[in-house]
Amino acid sequence: MIDLDDLDRGILRILSRDATVSAGEMGRMLGLSQPAAWRRVRRLEEAGVLAGRRVEVDREKLGFGVTVFLGVRLATKGRVSLEDFERAVQAIPEVQVVQHVLGLFDYRLRVVARDLSDFERVLRRRIMTLPGVGNVEANVLLTEERRPGPLGAA
Amino acid sequence: MQIDETDRRILRHWLAEPGLERAILAERAGVTQATLWRRIERLRSAGIIRAEGAVIDWRSLGYAVEVSLRFTLDKTNPRAFDEFIAAARDVPEVIGIETFLGRVDVRLNVIARDMGHWTGIYRQRILVLPHIAEVEALMLVSTIKDAGGLPI
Repeated sequence: MIDLDDLDRGILRILSRDATVSAGEMGRMLGLSQPAAWRRVRRLEEAGVLAGRRVEVDREKLGFGVTVFLGVRLATKGRVSLEDFERAVQAIPEVQVVQHVLGLFDYRLRVVARDLSDFERVLRRRIMTLPGVGNVEANVLLTEERRPGPLGAA
Repeated sequence: MQIDETDRRILRHWLAEPGLERAILAERAGVTQATLWRRIERLRSAGIIRAEGAVIDWRSLGYAVEVSLRFTLDKTNPRAFDEFIAAARDVPEVIGIETFLGRVDVRLNVIARDMGHWTGIYRQRILVLPHIAEVEALMLVSTIKDAGGLPI
């Protein structure tokens, strides 16, 4: 496992907010030379700490006004049912996130829809028809906030 | 701002694979790099693209445990949401805060190094948060899909 110092944590804080910051700008923010900042970024990439990018969009402006989290319990369990369910659920374009969890539910899904009636269509036609689906609980997302995580104070 | 088919094509490919290099993204969306750059700038200034951030793999930093904590709050107190969320922001291991309409009021995404570390966070940092009526934990086993793609 890779060890981080304060400069590495600073780099991670900056890049998790804006991945397009150049090594030169980052160096100026943290008091490092451009090559030194670049080397540190490379090291974090090679260690797998920087694991790709995400693009945050205003979903509402693109016509997707509703995001719903579903807790799904399978009616039948066993390896085959898990695999069947996972294969089918991943193929639904409105399903952004699928997580296998332990607890009250077996899966957590994040579903986007144009509005509530569109969500109802996705739920009835696509989710409720998935193989093995049992109980489903829906919670409509109101706000979401990403936190920097345990990277020390900014 | 009105978005057209070209914008949609760019967003479709980009949201499906946010790590794509600009040159490859331009090729897939069937536009020149100059057009791609212009379109992205336009989407950015219209507030449609809000941010492009790096993804941190917490597992590679030794955080092997991830738990989704679902809370219902004591809503007889009108300040319950604000005070709960403000206190949750002070817990470094909380990496995400979401509020909902439904049976669940707030969800916290919490990471920990191992079960011992998790137990400590849960008892000393989470259960002391204000206005909790009920709390439920879902332990993450694996993430099967995590995509920001939209069916546009």
